[in-house]
Amino acid sequence: MSAAPLLQVKNLKMHFPVTEGVMVRKVVATVKAVDDVSFSLQPGETLGLVGESGCGKTTTGRCILQLEKPTAGEIIFEGEDLAKLDRKGLVAKRARMQVIFQDPYSSLNPRMKVGSIIGEPMKVHGILPDRKQRQERVAELLSVCGLNPKFMDRYPHEMSGGQRQRVGIARALALNPQFIVCDEAVSALDVSIQAQVINLLEDLRDKFNLSYLFIAHDLSVVRHLCHRVAVMYLGKLVELADSDELFEHPKHPYTKALLEAVPIPDPTIEKGRVHRIMQGEVPSPMNPPSGCVFHPRCPIAVDSCKREVPQSRELRPGHWVACPRV
Amino acid sequence: MAVTSAEIDSQLAAARPPLAKAALTLIRQQPLGAVSGLLVIVMILMAVFAQQIAPYDPIANHYEFMQLAPSAKFWLGTDQFGRDILSRIIWGARTALFIGFSCAFIGSFAGLVLGVTSAYFGGWFDLLFQRIMDVFLAFPLIIMGLAVVAIYGTGAQNVIIAITIPLIPRCARVVRSSALAIREIPYVDAARALGFGHMRIILRHMAPNCMAPFLIMLTTFLGQAILLEASLSYLGLGVQEPTPAWGLMLQGGAEEYAESAPWIAIFPGLAITLAVFAFNLFGDSLRDTLDPKLRSR
Repeated sequence: MSAAPLLQVKNLKMHFPVTEGVMVRKVVATVKAVDDVSFSLQPGETLGLVGESGCGKTTTGRCILQLEKPTAGEIIFEGEDLAKLDRKGLVAKRARMQVIFQDPYSSLNPRMKVGSIIGEPMKVHGILPDRKQRQERVAELLSVCGLNPKFMDRYPHEMSGGQRQRVGIARALALNPQFIVCDEAVSALDVSIQAQVINLLEDLRDKFNLSYLFIAHDLSVVRHLCHRVAVMYLGKLVELADSDELFEHPKHPYTKALLEAVPIPDPTIEKGRVHRIMQGEVPSPMNPPSGCVFHPRCPIAVDSCKREVPQSRELRPGHWVACPRV
Repeated sequence: MAVTSAEIDSQLAAARPPLAKAALTLIRQQPLGAVSGLLVIVMILMAVFAQQIAPYDPIANHYEFMQLAPSAKFWLGTDQFGRDILSRIIWGARTALFIGFSCAFIGSFAGLVLGVTSAYFGGWFDLLFQRIMDVFLAFPLIIMGLAVVAIYGTGAQNVIIAITIPLIPRCARVVRSSALAIREIPYVDAARALGFGHMRIILRHMAPNCMAPFLIMLTTFLGQAILLEASLSYLGLGVQEPTPAWGLMLQGGAEEYAESAPWIAIFPGLAITLAVFAFNLFGDSLRDTLDPKLRSR
């Protein structure tokens, strides 16, 4: 943790208003999709962001990419606060950070050929104004991503899911970014293709010294790929630690429950394992519980958990937990 | 890979049906669509080659041949000024299609861009824009056309404006609703994340994906615009004499000679009916082909 971080997220909040009424909109509630999330990312590092559906992982990613305008908080990328940049400055920064989406079927424009999908960003940003050079670069990117350069003249619907996801990755690489948000980038693929795409992401990381924010719910994939892992619950960051540390010594009760839910691929061990199923449902982010949002389901909660919002503290170097009881 | 991509390509090419086969499939699946398509083609040919096809000059008066019934010499008869009705219908196709195509294309393209823009920006812009569109939609097409002609005066160019303006909100409304869905698809987010400008996203990424409703609106507008042009001309607010136009031909002959020389009114009326009928049916079968979800029956 010596060099300046590539990305710093400070106290990020994203609250969506719930409105009623046709002409005069009245805000009746707010959905706290992301509430006070902070973390940082070093160049070349992969940070996993895990949690169950609706916990705000994807929204965090979208805020970082400036696809949503955060309610509060700072996103500092390469030393500049993205919210304070003017349009031109933001467009320049957008070239440095990219995104790979979950669904390879809807993330590519069906009316464009693969060649123009990957070539268009270079044209818009004036990186390669010459058409011929651009085509060569597209071919190069396709082969880097393990696709035949001939696919340039195909439409997305003529390709398989795995191939399309590779096109999505090639498009993300087109502008030579430093940082890529992988929003459930392998979740929609079947297991054998998943492995291929994960290996591709690893190769690319080593080749171009990329940083990833790897949003996922598959914990084994996260452990394999990520240097550090952040766990989110109901819009809050509950635990952040090095990957091995988190998986070997989870501290937060939610992280423990999450890890225990992962089945062990060995029937004899699995049979003897005692399953502790978490009580209750995830509360609505429109009306989150007071104090620690996890307290209604927490096995070790005490009275004070209902009142006090837990602060993140460093248990061991690099291991942050937002729970006073561990 | 056991099969090379070149082999796959050649197989794909072989699987693609040739044009003639595609036409046969169309006739079998959409017989009405094929008939209307043929009518549309005939009308376009009539309009383009009016000079070559028309047997007589459409505006020359022949006082010795006034109000003649259809005969071998004048296939569809002559009107009260001795002008050949067939020639006037053929030349009228040019007027009708010129005005129809101009209005339909300008109106639906403007509606496409405005509708997608409205959906893309959303928020108060969308709200305001849609209320303005509501105001335009509150007027029936013909009243709106009349108002515009009353303001700007008659003549082909003004008729085009008069018909185009009320068409725009109709297309914008339909396109907006499908653009609203497209805005939420990740490739639009991807385009934003890549730093593309608003115009590029609207025109290159969203508009082309609204093509199905757009094409349907376009063909329906063709029929509507032709009917509207005929109506305006009939009311004396459209193109002016002696330009051959179907609506104008009805105006000259319909009331006065309805009993003594009915062919003066029947044939231009038939031309209008067939044209609108053909374009609307063509639009319907296009809709069925492009969007199986909308298929009725």
